[in-house]
Amino acid sequence: MAEIQIKGVAKHFGSYQALHSIDLAISDQEFMVLLGASGCGKTTLLRIIAGLESPSKGEVWIGGKRIDHLPPRERGIAMVFQNYAVFPHLTVFENIAFGLRMQKLDNKAVTERVERNAELMHIAPLLQRYSGQLSGGQRQRVAVARALAMEPDVILMDEPLSNLDALLRLEMRAELKGVLAQSRTTTIYVTHDQVEAMSLADRIAVMHEGHMVQTANPTEVYHDPATHFVGSFIGNPPMNFLRAQALGNGQWQVAGKSFTGPAQQTGSLAFAIRPENLEPAADGIPVSVRVVEPLGPHVLVTCTVDDNHLFRAVLDSRTTVKAGDQLHLNPQPESIRWFDTATGMAVSARNKQ
Amino acid sequence: MNTTRPLQYSRRSRWIFWTSVLLLCAWVLLPIYLLVVNTLSSPEAVTQFPKRFVPEMDLTSLEFFASFSGITKAMVNSILVASVTMVLSILIGAPAGYALSRFDFRGKETFRVLILMTRAFPLPLLALPLAVMFIRSGLDDSIFGLALVHTMLAMPFAILITFSLFSGIPIELEEAAWTLGCSRFQAFRKVVLPLILPGIAASAIFAFVISWNEVFAAAVLTIEHRTLPAFLLQSLDVSPMHLKFAGGFVLVLPALIFIFMVRKYLFAMWGIANR
Ligand SMILES: Nc1ncnc2c1ncn2[C@@H]1O[C@H](COP(=O)(O)OP(=O)(O)OP(=O)(O)O)[C@@H](O)[C@H]1O
Ligand SMILES: [Mg+2]
Repeated sequence: MAEIQIKGVAKHFGSYQALHSIDLAISDQEFMVLLGASGCGKTTLLRIIAGLESPSKGEVWIGGKRIDHLPPRERGIAMVFQNYAVFPHLTVFENIAFGLRMQKLDNKAVTERVERNAELMHIAPLLQRYSGQLSGGQRQRVAVARALAMEPDVILMDEPLSNLDALLRLEMRAELKGVLAQSRTTTIYVTHDQVEAMSLADRIAVMHEGHMVQTANPTEVYHDPATHFVGSFIGNPPMNFLRAQALGNGQWQVAGKSFTGPAQQTGSLAFAIRPENLEPAADGIPVSVRVVEPLGPHVLVTCTVDDNHLFRAVLDSRTTVKAGDQLHLNPQPESIRWFDTATGMAVSARNKQ
Repeated sequence: MNTTRPLQYSRRSRWIFWTSVLLLCAWVLLPIYLLVVNTLSSPEAVTQFPKRFVPEMDLTSLEFFASFSGITKAMVNSILVASVTMVLSILIGAPAGYALSRFDFRGKETFRVLILMTRAFPLPLLALPLAVMFIRSGLDDSIFGLALVHTMLAMPFAILITFSLFSGIPIELEEAAWTLGCSRFQAFRKVVLPLILPGIAASAIFAFVISWNEVFAAAVLTIEHRTLPAFLLQSLDVSPMHLKFAGGFVLVLPALIFIFMVRKYLFAMWGIANR
């Protein structure tokens, strides 16, 4: 059993606070993806779990044991580093075998495991090369194979596929997920590729400026973002936001139209809708079309509302619109979300009715 | 034709380039060449001019030099002092270089400047107090005492060379080794050491050469246990010409060979790429 608990972990670098009281519980064999913009503290959190950085505050537990005082080698983890860290004085074979030799495995078992993992990462023909003779993407796969070969309870991966071309990445992604599920490894996987996050994760933990803002399964993160930031960060194109003014009685005025929303009486909220949840309709929000981009099955229409608010819609490709058109777009009522303008937190429209 | 001008230009600049190269080489190589020619000439030919281009390979001077009383002993002393210097400066210098590159501590920058400052401090100024102190503590006229002074001279280089070697090794390599089951020491031995070993050897040889060439402290601090340079300084003053050449030759040769062996690392220290 290798469940991970992170309790109130904070990290200061001098006067800069990189992590603010992070709480995160990951169950045994779960595939958890850490998602967030560059510099939000993903690597720092991973390094704290690995024992390469000590937390300024808080506790880390793995498998029911507090481990934040233990050196990395006693934590039962393996890590794939963001910059690979392939040993330059060893061949690919010896790199992958490094951890196994530390475990004093016999030669036959070492060879067998190295070859299996090299096969998996498609680097079997490169086993006798040195890292200086490899491309960036090949080095990255050596790093992944080296961590996989350890067969650890917990594997920590820091953007392990970031340097591969789209096709290879797709393939590696599927293989990784298969292997890790089969070996019952608890995985923490850092990425800022949201498609990768969606496709791999059992749950996604979204970080923002050192805070953990939402931990939920991919569908929930996508459809019910906990904060304004999550809504704008996840999804391509991102969520649309418009200012909503209270009319009383749970009615809100958005771009000249009225919608049913949270029951609060006064103040202002942000009205949010995903681009794909909009349909042209005579009584919709009036927009003027600026750019039309055909994407194959859909067209991405970039418009403005009230002449200055950007508003995007993904429409059926048979829709005939062109730049300069006036259009009315109707949001699907069940897809509308509301956010507090001051705190950025989601405000529920349903349970307050 | 507008292609001739750049051609001419490049021809001219190439000519200047090669002339400079030639002049610099002559500046360095000519004295060494004369030293070699004179050493390998018969004692009578040394004072003659012009020189033969290829020396007559007469070993009389060298043989005479070798049989000169005290030479062997001085040579042995030199090698002993240089070896102790080499070991001490690596034993002290390499951990200091590692600490400088891997840890943050108060006064790190000051420490780095201080290391260089030790080289700026004139040795003659230190000579008298040092001699007095050595006599009081019984270190005077001993191999170990002189090696201590030489270590002090070689250490700044040992620290700075190893510092740049360690800094060239990403900390992530060590960290990766830690996550793969190594203790801090094992990671050092299995990852860092193999990567810097050639560099460490180079900086050891450099320390050896510094000690081998050092004459001032050796002359002041030793009487019985003279090293080769100090011995030559004392006795060659009054020796015939051909013997002086032989002495210079014996002194220069190991230094030249060693420096040639470690040139890659010295160039690296000075930031020149491509050997
Ligand atoms: N050793 C350090 N000293 C000072 N600041 C640091 C240190 N390490 C990280 N930081 C800072 O902490 C913040 C988080 O860094 P971190 O490397 O965790 O980001 P990240 O989420 O992994 O980003 P990326 O996606 O670009 O890799 C950054 O602002 C970074 O500048
Ligand atoms: Mg990172």
